[in-house]
Amino acid sequence: MHDQPAIHAEGLSKTFGDVQALQDVNLTVPAGSVLGLLGPNGAGKTTTVRILTTLLRPDTGHAQVAGLDVVRQPAAVRQVIGLAGQSAAVDEYLTGRENLVMAGRLQHLNRSEAHRRAAELLQRSELAEAADRPVRTWSGGMRRRLDLAVSLVGHPRVLFLDEPSSGLDPRGRHQLWLTIRGLVAAGTAVLLTTQYLEEADQLAGQIVVIDRGRILAHGTPDQLKAQVGGDRLQLRLATAATASRAAELVADLGSGPLQVDAQAGEVTVPIADGVAILPEVVRRLDAAGLALSDLALRRPTLDDVFLTLTGRSTQLPDPSEAPATDQPGPERQRATRRPV
Amino acid sequence: MTTLAPRRAWTLAISDTAVMTRRYLCHYLRKPSLLGIALVQPVLFVLLWTYVFSGAIQTPGGIDYVDYLMPGLFILAIAFGSANTGVGLADDLARGLIDRFRALPMARPALLAGRTLADTTRNCFVVLLMVAVGYAVGFRFHAGPAAALAALALPLAVGYLLSWISALIGLTVRDPETAGTASLLPVIPLAFTSSTFVPVQTMPGWLQAWATINPITHAVDATRALALGGPTSGPLRQAVAWILGILAVVIPLAIYRYRRVTQ
Repeated sequence: MHDQPAIHAEGLSKTFGDVQALQDVNLTVPAGSVLGLLGPNGAGKTTTVRILTTLLRPDTGHAQVAGLDVVRQPAAVRQVIGLAGQSAAVDEYLTGRENLVMAGRLQHLNRSEAHRRAAELLQRSELAEAADRPVRTWSGGMRRRLDLAVSLVGHPRVLFLDEPSSGLDPRGRHQLWLTIRGLVAAGTAVLLTTQYLEEADQLAGQIVVIDRGRILAHGTPDQLKAQVGGDRLQLRLATAATASRAAELVADLGSGPLQVDAQAGEVTVPIADGVAILPEVVRRLDAAGLALSDLALRRPTLDDVFLTLTGRSTQLPDPSEAPATDQPGPERQRATRRPV
Repeated sequence: MTTLAPRRAWTLAISDTAVMTRRYLCHYLRKPSLLGIALVQPVLFVLLWTYVFSGAIQTPGGIDYVDYLMPGLFILAIAFGSANTGVGLADDLARGLIDRFRALPMARPALLAGRTLADTTRNCFVVLLMVAVGYAVGFRFHAGPAAALAALALPLAVGYLLSWISALIGLTVRDPETAGTASLLPVIPLAFTSSTFVPVQTMPGWLQAWATINPITHAVDATRALALGGPTSGPLRQAVAWILGILAVVIPLAIYRYRRVTQ
């Protein structure tokens, strides 16, 4: 039982009309570990989760959750999973406690067990105070916490979290991360989808990058970041026109190709060794008489991962689908470099 | 753990249905405006039709129009209220709750069974209130208490059927507002081309042909016979046959729709 993976999927494909939502997706999540499914909107993350939680049948391929086939044994799969979807799917007219007791009863706990479990989860989610007020009077963050608590009622062995931190403030997100870590320490396997590399980095032992229904890359967060080329140094020139000159000066310091936004006067340099090259960059620009108006070192974002893996940003459709233009290179680059 | 003994599966299905019924009844209690409208509308029906039409419509055999009208109004009021079933389900769907329930190990028909039972429970209060208001404006049962109870049960059965139809419509159109309108779409012409307001014999010939086979006519005639006295077995048998026949088609369709609705 222990060497059996929590989730194993092979060759999953799904088409909606003429949209290929998933194409040959393979995943394995070892028991007690976290897999981060990272991708932009419409990448196929939710479709994957819906197939693995028995809500959707794949067109081809097969998948097992806790060793149970999601198509042939859906009822058994539902006994061992928990699912928290993208929106807080809680009943607004019931109180928080009633929502949890209802979920417990539907997981076939008896009445007193359901009440005990509800009280325990309310306490743990710091919702005990509001527990007996209808959920429609609650804040969005509280609803999300309740939603997560509902998915935990049945002590799931495999937990699916579809963009769990969307709609949470930084404190709420931090709490969520603590909760997830606690669950994993107790042996729960988790598949979580996210649009944030940082979140996947924080929680997941393995990350799968997905786009347009296809897996682009998978590996540990470190492997992925190494592939992306480490941190990003972002320079903004006081005079926008000097950006390409600045890029030439520092090009050899980057660990990968630079991005130049001529219009905004911005240069983004992927760097492998963090702060070490900072003084050198400043020295070279200073020696050439180029003034900076801003300089920032930041972690790679999902957008950077995508630029590296696909050569395009998460924000825009594939250039091959865009109408042909005679825009020069830097112009197009600029268009794809919107802040996340 | 993958296959439950049949006996236990049934017990669990009943328990799941009870949980769902409770949930939807809770909604009525916590949405006072919804409950209010569900109760005010039938009262309005009784008052409006009794006072506006009673002078103008000739009833067969010279019975009071209010006595003639009330059995039909039970069914009409319940029919209008049945749209709530589809609206509620489309709302659950929009809020992602149907997905949540479908990912739980609950019995597949429990959500729909619970919803339609909750709406039927609400309808019990609707007919009792209508009887009370009816009595205030002169309506009386004329065939004894057992027949009177049956005269209330039959409209409830019609309501149960219409709730399932509305459930199927709600899960098909998927949008709460559309579900409300779409559920009334079949109800209005059916109700008005039946014997609810006027005797079928007073209608033009082509309409009479339809009104005689209209299932609502059978249900209204049977309810009327139970309330006022007269031969009941013929219309009752027809009405029950219609209700069971349509339920046998609509329930599997609605459950099928529920299982597929978020595919």
